[in-house]
Amino acid sequence: MASAIRKGFLGVLALAGVAFTLAAPSAANADGVGDYIIESSKAATVDSCVEPTEQMRRYHFEMIKHQRDTTVYGGIRGTKHSLSTCINCHAGHDEAGQPIPVNAHGQFCAACHEYASVTVNCFDCHATVPKGESWNQVQAEQHARAMAASGARIAATTAPGRAGDERVGGESE
Amino acid sequence: MNEAPKRTGRTGPAGARQDVDHERRRFLGTAAGASAVTVAPGVLLHTLASAAPRTEPVTDTHRWGMLIDTAKCASDCSACVEACDRENGLNLQSEPLGEDLAKWQNQRATWIRKVQVQDNASGIVTNLPLMCQHCEHPPCVDVCPTGASFKRADGIVMVDRHICIGCRYCMMACPYKARSFIHEQVDHKLTRAPRGKGCVESCNLCVHRLDAGDISTACTEACATEGHHAIVFGDLNDENGPLRQALRAQPNRQIREDLELNTGIRYAGV
Repeated sequence: MASAIRKGFLGVLALAGVAFTLAAPSAANADGVGDYIIESSKAATVDSCVEPTEQMRRYHFEMIKHQRDTTVYGGIRGTKHSLSTCINCHAGHDEAGQPIPVNAHGQFCAACHEYASVTVNCFDCHATVPKGESWNQVQAEQHARAMAASGARIAATTAPGRAGDERVGGESE
Repeated sequence: MNEAPKRTGRTGPAGARQDVDHERRRFLGTAAGASAVTVAPGVLLHTLASAAPRTEPVTDTHRWGMLIDTAKCASDCSACVEACDRENGLNLQSEPLGEDLAKWQNQRATWIRKVQVQDNASGIVTNLPLMCQHCEHPPCVDVCPTGASFKRADGIVMVDRHICIGCRYCMMACPYKARSFIHEQVDHKLTRAPRGKGCVESCNLCVHRLDAGDISTACTEACATEGHHAIVFGDLNDENGPLRQALRAQPNRQIREDLELNTGIRYAGV
């Protein structure tokens, strides 16, 4: 009898341990499970993602997968479902202001994928920090604002891809 | 040098055709001018839209290409190669630990190769940059078992790395040795140039620039900056565009035109 009670007690301890381990990563990054927005990312400063949060959680991979064909075959890069924009907005920054890879431990992409035990291979090929971007929704919005501010004249005189681009320097390592 | 007979569609009964073309051009020019007056706001809007980043899928309205004047290409210059490396993140590749240097230099991805050809009879040496020739009938696309190697509507031959299985048939099929294989995981990448282990890649005419409405390539700019101006980039379909004007101005040909691939890259002086 006594041994059975002791076993039960150990079981409860073990369960509590498991629960604590599961809860720990989320507590380190955000308030509740699944709330992984990184404080030092641009995403923390805006009200919502490109779609309602519930949709993003459930379908973000579908959106990215659809977008990839639009981009590769159609050459459309400025729409709101591009991976480039995801990374631009969700990459956290360290004390020095340098972007942290989104797939690093505890960062936006990795935090959920590790929790849900999902393995993605997006970042085998794709950049994990915003660097050397060509054209994405962020730049498209900046361009649209510039167009609205200074009239149509800007399009005729400035090549739009140049604005905010690091092409001229900064990417050499 | 290989002096294959000229069989391009570009040449032909040139004199007679050019006369007709001039007449047509004058007529069309007048017609376009008249319509521009009547629908001026619409025309203006269209011009702006084509200069901005695209929101509609690419069409075959344009076919991007180049003319490379080998007489202007300097033997000791590799500005185009270096600019391409920076633009497309090729300079971020690192040699695998313990790899033989010569083997690495042979295997690392390069989109442009500087090639020197010598005519043994005359001793004349010709320099030229050789990259993907963006064929109208690309052999790499013919042989690809998954459809990853494809020709975009605007004539740019590319690899959809999402479905490339890395079999390297396309590398075997390409007569220009234009394609590279990525053997190892790449640590540093640019957003505009994804790159991963097990996929094939090659020159894409700086497609990210074109998609942003910027009609230029890194190599063309670098060549001009060096003062050589050996490369003219433009639209092969634009009768009066800079590329077609340059093509009309001097004799030029395709490399291995005997294969009848109708390449988008033309060379003068070879």
